[in-house]
Amino acid sequence: MNIQEYHAKALLAQYGVTVSKGVAVQSENEFDQALSQFPDDDIIVVKSQILAGGRGKGVFKNGFQGGVKLTRSKREAKRVAEKMLGNTLVTPQTGPAGRKVRTLYFTHAENIAHEYYLAILMDREAAKPVIIASSEGGVDIEEVATNSPEKITKVHVDPTRGLQPYQARQIAFGLGFSGSAFAGMLKSLEGLYQVFWDKDASLVEINPLVLTREGTVVALDAKIGFDDNALFRHPEIAALRDLNEEDEKEVEASKHNLSYISLDGNIACLVNGAGLAMSTMDIIKYFGGEPANFLDVGGGADTEQVTAAFKIILSDPKVKGILVNIFGGIMKCDTIARGIIAAARSVEITVPLVVRLEGTHVELGQELLARSGLSLVSADSLADAAEKIVNLVREDSS
Amino acid sequence: MSVLVNKDTRLLVQGITGNFGGFHAKLSLDYGTTVAAGVTPGKGGQLWRNQVPVFNTVKEAVENEGVNATAIFVPPAFAADSILEAIEAEIPLIVVITEGIPVRDMALVKVALAKSPCRLIGPNCPGVITPEQCRIGIMPGYIHKPGRVGVISRSGTLTYEAVWQLTERGHGQSTCIGIGGDPINGTSHTEAIKLFNDDPETDAIIMIGEIGGSAEEEAAAYIQANVTKPVAAFIAGTTAPPGRRMGHAGAIVSGRSGSAESKIAALRAAGIAVAETPSHIADALLRIYRP
Repeated sequence: MNIQEYHAKALLAQYGVTVSKGVAVQSENEFDQALSQFPDDDIIVVKSQILAGGRGKGVFKNGFQGGVKLTRSKREAKRVAEKMLGNTLVTPQTGPAGRKVRTLYFTHAENIAHEYYLAILMDREAAKPVIIASSEGGVDIEEVATNSPEKITKVHVDPTRGLQPYQARQIAFGLGFSGSAFAGMLKSLEGLYQVFWDKDASLVEINPLVLTREGTVVALDAKIGFDDNALFRHPEIAALRDLNEEDEKEVEASKHNLSYISLDGNIACLVNGAGLAMSTMDIIKYFGGEPANFLDVGGGADTEQVTAAFKIILSDPKVKGILVNIFGGIMKCDTIARGIIAAARSVEITVPLVVRLEGTHVELGQELLARSGLSLVSADSLADAAEKIVNLVREDSS
Repeated sequence: MSVLVNKDTRLLVQGITGNFGGFHAKLSLDYGTTVAAGVTPGKGGQLWRNQVPVFNTVKEAVENEGVNATAIFVPPAFAADSILEAIEAEIPLIVVITEGIPVRDMALVKVALAKSPCRLIGPNCPGVITPEQCRIGIMPGYIHKPGRVGVISRSGTLTYEAVWQLTERGHGQSTCIGIGGDPINGTSHTEAIKLFNDDPETDAIIMIGEIGGSAEEEAAAYIQANVTKPVAAFIAGTTAPPGRRMGHAGAIVSGRSGSAESKIAALRAAGIAVAETPSHIADALLRIYRP
């Protein structure tokens, strides 16, 4: 789960990391009150709050350029804010649909002397947190890693000991810090690591972390993601989840404990198990089709969950065909068959449906489907099923 | 004719009195596995299904029943504690079925594991099975058949798919190891490959990977340098969009790393037969392996 920048900065401030003064607003009538909190001659940055990168280079659907703007006066800040709030911002990471900007963040513009990159994440192969720092901030870190790897410092932290002072010094020296800014950098590192560890973050990324002309180290941007599996012990973080940023179908699926991800194709799939669900998407593509979703109903789904899964799939107008692929292990094929039949009774299935059942109680499952009178096509292997649904969807659309 | 588990395995089940743990412990028992003990704190002294003694602590189970493997079915919030208890008791094989353990907990477990003589399989995995000898985990037993192909996988049902393809074509398995779908796991692809490479009764290997991390690339390099047995592979997630977790906590393409394309390219470059689709996993192996 990711949180908005203004929430991330509030969290960082609690951990002693310096962030620019900022005020978040959700409606136009809050603009004046928010701007009155800055000095009259302050230079203010107006930042769209969406959970996608590339905001500065984004374009609003109303034609306004830039989701992050430096303004020279409060009047200009207000004018820019009016163009942004409530409008849809399209960035390289949002896809063509873009994201509606529901919150703006006014922040004080810093006098930047130098920009750095800093991130903390879990290195899965080393099974330890790793701190990645670079003297080149404000740019794409993967480009730096490819073109000038010598500019990147990596430090692994022993999770039982935490970040040691010598490691923080190693990073600060590596970035070329000295004098009073050096102490500021150590303090920032300590706070950033602590927030990463205490809150079960999966990523803390500050790009850029800046040194101001006044010698202060400031987190100018903040991206924090959390381990979904650990949210149970951080209710204060779970409360920051922004459902507006998520696909409606995905939110609905999560209510039924279904793992669903919406994609751009037109062949829906319903599968048990994450690996098999991914492979089912892959084999649809292999036979020339395009998957409309990833959907794992899990190992112990019941009839209600299967019905909910069908409803979610069918609520997507792009869907022109459905492939059900079940390898019954613990999940019994007759459970799935009953789910399909129940779903077909409560929602009309008007697109071709191919069902491939294998494993526990397969004969009973097939018999139930055959007796139901439902119009569906059976398949006897995954390849057979994928080929059949791709052909049926192609015939329908031609 | 196996790695990790066989007919001499004496299994402990942590969480045996829970619904999930109990259900699968019963299936393991029916499969012929020696379920020697269970642990549920507070239920020590009971007999599970009138035959298996339940203890309050893992230490007691080891001392009284000489268990040499454990299956952990404890809910995610308490799973790391159960793993640490099993490590402390030095149980040689620890298989963690639980899905949803926080990554931070696993990072701490790995530190303890590194200092111990234990091997950890999982978490978030279907378990380990040596056909007709020992079943630890949640896989359907009947799809397996004794034989000489070793199977390693990050996924559950996708493994069953591959195993079923082998069994249907008349080829049995030495052992099947589900290493799990989490970002931090106890045994990597490479370590599992080493086990099969050293096993005189495994003649060929199937490795099933998926997007996320670089474990498959590392295994490819290891195989190229060390393995002469035929190896076939499949990588799930060619069509997965970047930045999204595909069901498994570890199945995510981050920036430019962890994509299916890079894994497939690394495997092919190492001379490994990569199946084009999940329906052709056994066929990919049988093209290069003729027993």
